[in-house]
Amino acid sequence: MSTNAARVPEGSPRGGALRSLSRFSWRRPGLKTFGQISAPVVAFLFVYVAALTALLIQGFWTTDSFTGKISHTWTLDNFREIANAPYPTIILRTLVMASAVTITCMLLAFPYAYFMVRIAGRRLRIALLVATVLPLWVSYLVRVYSWRLILNPDGALNWVLNGLGLPDQNIAYTNTAMWVVFTYIWFPFMVLPVYAALERVPYSFIEASADLGGRGFTTLRRVILPLAVPGLAAGSIFTFSLTLGDYIAPSLVGGPGSSLIGTVVFENLGLANNAPFAAAFAMVPLGIMAVYLMLMKRLGAFESL
Amino acid sequence: MKRNRFGYVALVALVTALAVPAAGVSKGSAVPTSVGAGEGKLTLVAWEGYTEKQWVAPFEKATGCKVSAKYAGSSNDMFNLMTSGGGGQYDMVSASGDASLRLIYAGAVAETNMALIPSYKDFFTAFQSPAHNTVNGKHYGVSLQFGPNVLMVNTKKYGSTPNSWSAIYDAKNKGKITIPDNPIQIADAAFYLSKVKPSLGITDPYELTTAQLAATVALLKQQRPLVKKYWGLASDQIDLFKNGGSTIGASWPYQVNTLKAAKVPVVGVIPKEGVTGWADTWMLSSKAKHPNCAYKWMQYITQPKPQAQQAVYFGETPVNKKACAVMDVLSKGSCAQYSGNAPESYYRSIKFWKTPIAACGNGKKNCTDLRAWTTAWTQIKG
Repeated sequence: MSTNAARVPEGSPRGGALRSLSRFSWRRPGLKTFGQISAPVVAFLFVYVAALTALLIQGFWTTDSFTGKISHTWTLDNFREIANAPYPTIILRTLVMASAVTITCMLLAFPYAYFMVRIAGRRLRIALLVATVLPLWVSYLVRVYSWRLILNPDGALNWVLNGLGLPDQNIAYTNTAMWVVFTYIWFPFMVLPVYAALERVPYSFIEASADLGGRGFTTLRRVILPLAVPGLAAGSIFTFSLTLGDYIAPSLVGGPGSSLIGTVVFENLGLANNAPFAAAFAMVPLGIMAVYLMLMKRLGAFESL
Repeated sequence: MKRNRFGYVALVALVTALAVPAAGVSKGSAVPTSVGAGEGKLTLVAWEGYTEKQWVAPFEKATGCKVSAKYAGSSNDMFNLMTSGGGGQYDMVSASGDASLRLIYAGAVAETNMALIPSYKDFFTAFQSPAHNTVNGKHYGVSLQFGPNVLMVNTKKYGSTPNSWSAIYDAKNKGKITIPDNPIQIADAAFYLSKVKPSLGITDPYELTTAQLAATVALLKQQRPLVKKYWGLASDQIDLFKNGGSTIGASWPYQVNTLKAAKVPVVGVIPKEGVTGWADTWMLSSKAKHPNCAYKWMQYITQPKPQAQQAVYFGETPVNKKACAVMDVLSKGSCAQYSGNAPESYYRSIKFWKTPIAACGNGKKNCTDLRAWTTAWTQIKG
């Protein structure tokens, strides 16, 4: 067998260990598959699952607030605490904010992506795509701060409004400002999957719809929109989950009464040294996302990722 | 006789009560009586700007102790760096008052011998044994620098200069007030209440019973609709005063000076009720690997020149009263600007940050701790 293998012209000229390993794995395909995927699986287990498990376990412990040491006695107090004021309000506010941002991004992204796919020429399309992802090259903080400059009472927006003879807006440091900033920041994450979904709609479908008497709006409603739903759903996973975990925008552009889930987690980790409660509270967005992902899977979001 | 015995029992009980919180303190490490040869290395956890080359380089040259510093982002960061992995990774920390007691009670920092610090006698007496770094007469580190939390006002836009903290609780200033986003801010409100509502019986704004904390939280919840922004970074408040529509707020001398330099007409007022303030301490890890270099650092950093350099660089007040003259040499008028020459009564009037802990000064354990304060703060901000 080995002498035969040596005569085969193609393949690795090397013999020895590597060669016999390859032959061994060819004979046992199960082991071969295991060998190929074990490294990423181990990495996944350690990086994601282990970190999440450690987090979950912490949630059942408490810290001695005097010395800051974690005491490893099992308790459900942290999870019970979540039901107390003001946490339900904060969770609800975060959900409303994430939903509002997601819906706004969808409303803006669909016509934008549609224009890119169906109407814009090749050059314009590329220019628009670059313009969409361009903000992602700039630091997140710079983008948030630039919005502060726009929304400030003496900022650019009021300057423009005054120039047009309109009254001042006063939305700086409010939940409205936060909604605007989140919508702007997560917008590219919605556009790209919607663009990808729309691009996959064959032109023949639209022609077929027209042949069957479908006017523009009917075609949009009954052919294009249903095919874009997986893209919208995929984009919404990004916008929804990113809003759910963010704490920087609330602290920079939010005002009083702008605490989100991320703010509470940050304050308990960073200020109160109460990692167990932060861990327990971090389970809330995890639970919300699990439900959300199940809903989105039904809409076919994962076919468009 | 019986009465006597009761007194004896009460005394034992009192001593035990005092000794229990102190138990974490006294363990280990004999206090050194002399400083030996340097170990050639010193590792510090510091606030950014506290280990600048202009005063670190002369120290390294004179002592041969090579300084390496890690900057901490928050008091909690400092606490974690000094306690994680059992401590010992860093020799010293420039702890602020809202972390220092926690470090002491966690046993993370060691008692220091002030007889080995020559400049100690030149400290303002308010900083020789302040409550945030001295427990039961034992010193845990040397005081470094401090500053007041002032009432900042844009005199042009506000129209007048208020003389009371009541201005930041006044409905007529709705939408113009900026407040630091930090649970320790509860102490500011409690301090104000201790003056305007003596019936609450608040004697120390950092030692609040549940009822006193509830009253303070009620005041702060009333204040919330008036607040433009709870600021996290000093630069946020500077922005808000420059073009964000804020005209009045709780602030630090740093913002006042920065805004003045930018030609914004602000003043930093010490209202008639008095102010709270922060004070930093260089504390020695109980597991320091380079204790001799650490003592050399404490001896050096408390001298007038490095004290003045740091004060001018950072915009704070040195604890060494001899630093004043050097400050004026470095930057004309800076000593008066940062109150380096104020009478002793001024320093005594400042209620410096202390970690809120369950053990009240009265020996009882019925006070609200930082945990409770953080939860309360989350509720206040909503």
